[in-house]
Amino acid sequence: MTATALPLSTFAQAPRAHAHTGAIKLSVEGLHKHYGEHQVLKGVSLQARKGDVISLIGASGSGKSTFLRCINFLEQPNAGSITLDGQTLEIHPGTRTPPPAQLQNLRTRLAMVFQHFNLWSHLTVLENICLAPRKVLGISASEAEARARKYLDKVGLPARAAEQYPAFLSGGQQQRVAIARALAMEPEIILFDEPTSALDPELVGEVLKVIQTLAEEGRTMLMVTHEMGFARQVSSQVLFLHQGLVEESGSAEILDRPQSERLRQFLSNRLK
Amino acid sequence: MNDLLSHGLQGFGPLLAQGTWMTLKLALLSLALSLALGLIGASAKLSRSRLLRLPATLYTTLIRSVPDLVLILLIFYSMQIWLNDLTEMLGWNYVEIDPFSAGVVTLGFIYGAYFTENLRGAILSVPAGQLEAATAYGLSRAQRFRLVLFPQLMRFALPGLGNNWLVLLKSTALVSIIGLADLVKAAQNAGKTTNDMLFFLCLAGLVYLVITTLSNRLLKHLERRYNTGIKELAR
Repeated sequence: MTATALPLSTFAQAPRAHAHTGAIKLSVEGLHKHYGEHQVLKGVSLQARKGDVISLIGASGSGKSTFLRCINFLEQPNAGSITLDGQTLEIHPGTRTPPPAQLQNLRTRLAMVFQHFNLWSHLTVLENICLAPRKVLGISASEAEARARKYLDKVGLPARAAEQYPAFLSGGQQQRVAIARALAMEPEIILFDEPTSALDPELVGEVLKVIQTLAEEGRTMLMVTHEMGFARQVSSQVLFLHQGLVEESGSAEILDRPQSERLRQFLSNRLK
Repeated sequence: MNDLLSHGLQGFGPLLAQGTWMTLKLALLSLALSLALGLIGASAKLSRSRLLRLPATLYTTLIRSVPDLVLILLIFYSMQIWLNDLTEMLGWNYVEIDPFSAGVVTLGFIYGAYFTENLRGAILSVPAGQLEAATAYGLSRAQRFRLVLFPQLMRFALPGLGNNWLVLLKSTALVSIIGLADLVKAAQNAGKTTNDMLFFLCLAGLVYLVITTLSNRLLKHLERRYNTGIKELAR
């Protein structure tokens, strides 16, 4: 399987994902985050069921990336709670970072894909994918390698890419390696932080195609994105953030029929 | 050639070899100590806690602004005095610091300050996203350091590190004044006895040149190794 650049209109024919009714996988309640006096998140909540694809949209500075980064504690939230599969981490103002073991457990179950890929530049593609499964999950070298090759194939990279260093790959290929790195953790949820924002326009399609495949497989995903057309196609839920609060949320329908004035404005500025 | 050399050395070959070995031992042990201090110092300087930053800043500022020779004399003699006071206070026997340990500690302490700055700069050059990814994938603090930060900071640290190592190596010559029989001391002794100072000092210089040349080779090799995966070098 080779992913090639696709025009965005390809996604228009894809079936739209529907809201799932399974058990709640991830529940985030009243998340607050401030930097000094500046309130970035003023109580944001979200519930993801198994198979949900939730898109977080909003203007820059609305807090959507911060929200995503608070879920795996790349940023320490100031208040709120995060429940993953019934296990809750409560954060109160003044509480310290949760114990390392708990954090590690949470992070291994929520793999992240970054805007700037953040592949480890001193490691080959194969080593990038195997590092965390081996050192954090503790699986054997051969098993990790088998996983790595399986997921490289899944994201449409040729087997010979495994021995290359990230710097020698295109942006689209690097981001697909980053997705394979996330998949190799066999996480319960994948967090995407603007996965196509750093890519040249002609490389966006190949990455979106991979993400769409994952959505169709029923993987649970949270995605901060500026790709409205794509969000409309794959999302089972859309959250529109404005100044640290959820201004509007619902099915992908809200992108076609926004209720709030702010979302309407946001979309009319976006979709030209 | 062999005949000429042994004649030229006038029986001082073994002494000079011992001196060279002493110089190497001193330099390598001081290097290990100063690298360790440098890593601690750099982490302290980059720490969020003022309580750690302040002493580290004091350390690098003071050490780097005083000549090595002054520090060597100061640390060597004052260490003995402190130790004397301590043993006297505790009612123990007189303990003499041997010049070798004193030399290693002194040089390590001085060059630790230079390595602190060297490594601090290198750590800051590693893109934040590299560590962020390591955190997000659940690596522990120790793993983040060993598997991601260290291999990446080496690339930025090596040029400065090599420089500091060469200066450190040559600074070992200064410890001959606290009574260590290093290469310079051995050459001096041989020169005095044979009345051929020029020859033996040039010979000592040549030995330093050989050591530094070999070091440069090793550094080149390390630089290549820590630059794998970097596009500019491969081009």
